[in-house]
Amino acid sequence: MSEALAMTDAITDSLLAVRDLNGWYDESHVLHGINFDVRPGEVVTLLGRNGAGKTTTLRAIMGILGKRQGSVRFEGRELIGLDPRHIAKAGIAFCPEERGIFSSLSVDENLMLPPQVKPGGLTREAVLEMFPNLRERLGSQGTKLSGGEQQMLAIARILRTGAKFLLLDEPTEGLAPVIVQQIGRTLSQLKSRGFTIVLVEQNFRFAASVADRHYVVEQGRVIDTIPNEDLAANMNKLHAYLGV
Amino acid sequence: MFELLGIPPQALFGQLLLGLINGSFYALLSLGLAVIFGLLNIINFSHGAQYMMGAFVAWMLLTYTGINYWWALLIVPLVVGASGVVIERLMISRLYHLDHLYGLLLTFGLALIIQGLFRNQYGVSGLPYSIPAELSGGTNLGFMFLPNYRGWVIVASVVVCFATWFAIEKTRLGAYLRAATENPTLVGAFGINVPRMITLTYGFGVALAALAGVLAAPIYSVNPNMGADLIIVVFAVVVIGGMGSILGAILTGFGLGIVEGLTRVFYPEGSAVVIFVIMAIVLLVKPAGLFGRTQ
Repeated sequence: MSEALAMTDAITDSLLAVRDLNGWYDESHVLHGINFDVRPGEVVTLLGRNGAGKTTTLRAIMGILGKRQGSVRFEGRELIGLDPRHIAKAGIAFCPEERGIFSSLSVDENLMLPPQVKPGGLTREAVLEMFPNLRERLGSQGTKLSGGEQQMLAIARILRTGAKFLLLDEPTEGLAPVIVQQIGRTLSQLKSRGFTIVLVEQNFRFAASVADRHYVVEQGRVIDTIPNEDLAANMNKLHAYLGV
Repeated sequence: MFELLGIPPQALFGQLLLGLINGSFYALLSLGLAVIFGLLNIINFSHGAQYMMGAFVAWMLLTYTGINYWWALLIVPLVVGASGVVIERLMISRLYHLDHLYGLLLTFGLALIIQGLFRNQYGVSGLPYSIPAELSGGTNLGFMFLPNYRGWVIVASVVVCFATWFAIEKTRLGAYLRAATENPTLVGAFGINVPRMITLTYGFGVALAALAGVLAAPIYSVNPNMGADLIIVVFAVVVIGGMGSILGAILTGFGLGIVEGLTRVFYPEGSAVVIFVIMAIVLLVKPAGLFGRTQ
């Protein structure tokens, strides 16, 4: 842990700085001191096995975990102690693993649901250009979309809000390879538009195709940091971490 | 004149009208219950008491301050709705992390207290509230005589129910409400103030009950027990329609009012229990209710 700390301390220009983040689900202590940094415009992944604490880390950043301690600084401002509503207003948007498409809302209503928190979000038109499939389905019930379309909708709707910092929880889970590629292209587009992204992934090949840096999470801690360019050299280590 | 199955048309239409009147109140009250249940997940047992408060506040406005019926239609829902906001903030909001049963018990206790207070002050003999002059008298429809006030109650109820349905199902604010009903955590994580929405939703549901109380004041006498008598039937209506379904609450409310009226024509002995028989059958065949979604 101290090694990871030392490594992250080297990053001084971070947009998001997570230090010694602890988190609990009810009584069970799930996060045991997470440390990582994200610089503006980066795509960073949290890699790790099932149950390592990746999703919990995102939920803790977003403030929707029962109990959390430590420090999460966003643009220098401490988020611990703020409720999710104010964390959203600080400019962080969350796309949950289960996608969270509302069945009692149409596709259009789902798309327009998250309120604007900052100026400078993508317009509805720009979002629909990015996800042309959605345009034809605007009137459908949200949950009548295919899994891939629901995932796109879940990403699309948070692009309108003006939040430039996205937390994406396993956006490729259970999707066909062609859809995964499409989502990969979308993330690259978002990066070039200046979005900063924290991505939780199990699909490590996908992660390698989009990310600048990988943090390996195990048992509620960040145990290693691997820049994407060093990935090939660290393959064996990573396989051991992920058990693949 | 024609006859239907040996029933004189005056009797048939008379009971249909009565059924529609009752249905108007069933619909307004079960709509409020459905809106509250959808977002708060509590069964608001104070609903009958809040309906009674609506009638009483209208009576007080008229008796003590001379404020007439039309103003009461506007003021009473605001006043009683505000009392609902206070109750939600001070009491109900403390129970969300507990089992739904606690919310039920709290609101049931509140209902008993509210009814007790009014009974203590005003007795149970009932207070008269006269029909506003503009709506006195009646209209001959050719096949029946329609008291104007009763016609007004039906129209007002249909309009309010439709407006509520429209606001919830077709507007942006309604989309927030529907989304928060499904997944309040995620809606909060989008930056929407869910606790305030919950408070206002409870206030709105209570305001609907109070509005029904004002509409009822000139028809039934204003009585501390008027809500307790009605609310049991309304709960049956909600169960039949399906908890949390807006359209279901409205259609079932009117529909069961009519069914009750027709039963009174064709089998008068059954009219008091027909709704409960239907409830039992619906529970057996479709436990989630006619319009309910299984969760």
